[in-house]
Amino acid sequence: MEAREMPQKAVLSGNAAIARGAWEAGVRFAAAYPGTPSTEILEYCGTYAEIDAQWAVNEKTALETALGACYGGARSLCAQKHVGLNVAADPFFTAAYTGVNGGFVIVTADDPGMHSSQNEQDNRFYARMAKTPLFEPSSSQEAKDMTAAAFLLSEQYDAPVMLRTTTRISHSEGIVTLGPRQEAPARELERNMAKYCVLPANARKLHVKVEERMKALEEWGCSCPWNRVEKGDPALGIITSGISYAHAREVFPHATFLKLGFTNPFPARLVRDFARTVKTLVVIEENDPFLEEKVRALGIACLGKDRIPVCGELNPDILAASLPEFTKTTPPATVTMPAVEIPVRPPVLCPGCPHRGVFFLLRKLDLHVTGDIGCYSLGALAPHNAMHSIICMGASITNALGIGKAMGDKVHGKLVAVLGESTFMHSGITGLIDTVYNQGRHLTIVLDNSITAMTGHQQNPASGYTLKGKPAPVLDLVRICEAAGVKRVRVVDPFDLKALETELKECLAAPEPTVIITKRPCFLLKGYKPEKHVVSIDRARCVKCGQCWKVGCPAIERDPTDGKTVINATLCVHCGVCASVCRPGAITQDKGGKR
Amino acid sequence: MITNILLCGVGGQGTLLASNLLAECAMREGFDVKKSEVHGMAQRGGSVVSHVRFGPAIHSPLIRKGEADILLSFEELEALRWSELLKPKGLVLVNRQRILPMSVSAGSSVYPADVFALLEKLPAQVQAVPALDMAKELGNPKCVNVVLLGVLARRLPGIKRETWDAGLRERIPAKLLDLNLKAFERGWNAQ
Repeated sequence: MEAREMPQKAVLSGNAAIARGAWEAGVRFAAAYPGTPSTEILEYCGTYAEIDAQWAVNEKTALETALGACYGGARSLCAQKHVGLNVAADPFFTAAYTGVNGGFVIVTADDPGMHSSQNEQDNRFYARMAKTPLFEPSSSQEAKDMTAAAFLLSEQYDAPVMLRTTTRISHSEGIVTLGPRQEAPARELERNMAKYCVLPANARKLHVKVEERMKALEEWGCSCPWNRVEKGDPALGIITSGISYAHAREVFPHATFLKLGFTNPFPARLVRDFARTVKTLVVIEENDPFLEEKVRALGIACLGKDRIPVCGELNPDILAASLPEFTKTTPPATVTMPAVEIPVRPPVLCPGCPHRGVFFLLRKLDLHVTGDIGCYSLGALAPHNAMHSIICMGASITNALGIGKAMGDKVHGKLVAVLGESTFMHSGITGLIDTVYNQGRHLTIVLDNSITAMTGHQQNPASGYTLKGKPAPVLDLVRICEAAGVKRVRVVDPFDLKALETELKECLAAPEPTVIITKRPCFLLKGYKPEKHVVSIDRARCVKCGQCWKVGCPAIERDPTDGKTVINATLCVHCGVCASVCRPGAITQDKGGKR
Repeated sequence: MITNILLCGVGGQGTLLASNLLAECAMREGFDVKKSEVHGMAQRGGSVVSHVRFGPAIHSPLIRKGEADILLSFEELEALRWSELLKPKGLVLVNRQRILPMSVSAGSSVYPADVFALLEKLPAQVQAVPALDMAKELGNPKCVNVVLLGVLARRLPGIKRETWDAGLRERIPAKLLDLNLKAFERGWNAQ
């Protein structure tokens, strides 16, 4: 890597700032499994030569590996989206007991508003439950500064430290002042069983230490620079943290603020003192009343979730509407919109997506499909409508196993679990072993598009490259499935709908669990240049049967004048799926004389 | 004074690069700047929006309803969708390009026939820009985003032309720089 000549200031996203903060703090190791809105943290870490950054198979392996690196003396970081910490919760809780050697920071990126997530959990409660100190940055500058501070605090108090961002911190950008890297002091790998082996006899002693540490950290939190009073009109006192601070400063510029950046352990003394100085106290938080519950537990009256919504992302407009009597400025005048229905524009599978044909067939055969987390979750949307449950990473296979157990022969031959190869490696393999062991009979389809696509193309163990772009051994998915005990494992090209339909029917008829791996790279994959077989339409032959509309391709349009199909030439990438489903033969693909 | 710019379009149109350049140039000009957008699922051909705010000091990265000074839309329908954030008497710059949502191509909903007639009803100044045609004339429809950035830049007196040129040179890869400088110039000169 070339030497970095960094300007003094840069516009950085919260995620880029966290990576920068880690680098400046001398971090040597970082691991993660991709997940919006956390993904870019590791991608940015990977741009620094001094940080050994890696994609893990899942969040649990990421956290455990980073914890191991910290035991080995390196300052290390792991990052995940909020639901990723559910996967990593087991080591997360116990890491609080062992403490650290090199500093250890766990980043959780929550997703209020569920822009790209399945729930709206507030992971600050994880910090409280695991007795882990917690930082909540309100801007990119704070994201960088708090990350660096978290490493020092981690070593000072022998504790893993959590940094919690939200989508609007991770993906918003602001000006950040940059600093140089400071190497961490060298540390040796120590053998200290009383500290690192959490056998019950040791863990009982460690728990006592954890409680003592939290008391000491509460005192630290009451005097640290991250928790500060910003003086204003004492008639209105606001306690807030994270992005809520930024919105609140916008809407109530006149108020007195207790701006909390270090929120676990809760700085009770600071809050009590602050409450005495203001007339009305309001706790402003996005999603759950994490701080408010603690304020009320101190016997202090306040406004909070009785006014501000628990559900959804907060913004200045919602905040102003929730607390109108405290706003000093009149709300901005708005424009009146013309009365017209604006069609929604939900995300869609891209032109050339290898998943499209799979969902066309699943719907055509009217199968019950348990789904999973990835681009292919879009198979649940119209016009595919071919996914009937989506819970969490890896759940497709085990949900199908359970449905098979409950429904028996009634669903045999109609039950399919669908997940991508990255999700399969993340937590599908265990479910497949479970299926074979417990003699489930459903079909599992692994959509292998050679990349972790939804989060923006991250490498994985089946892609052949590491996060830093170096070649890596390629996991053999067929042999993994066979080793789990699946006798019928087939690899099919998802553009060959005929072969796929035949294979689907044969697998579903089998009296045992089966696997189909559909293998074709994501069309957007860098360097993927499939041979082009031109797709065209003879509109005279179009009978408006609607088959091609059911493939849900952005390049297939309906001409409003005659109702016939038009292929949008700028969007079409000539994958040929529409030609495969066209009944009257109006859409054809030139396959060099083959048809 | 704070300037609020909302950029919107359809995932894949390059709104991100345009908003990045805008934020970068605002910083170079000495302003505080905040920018916000959502990545991930929404980017797969969905409706995308970037908030860019610059001025002496910015707290929230989000523009309030009624506070967007300029709406720069890369697509006609998206201009309609996001104009509710517009300040009365604000400016709407719209690329003349229609990208049909799936529901429209499948025939289950209707793309408004004349978006500009609807936009004209807003208490705002509306300007259509044939940026896609301009980009095609320059030889690459993908540089439509930088054409539009040029159109926007001309209407932001707070940021000097030299700052834009320096920002483009810093952020655009060498082999695409010439094309994008021409694209910016084309937008800058579009009236």
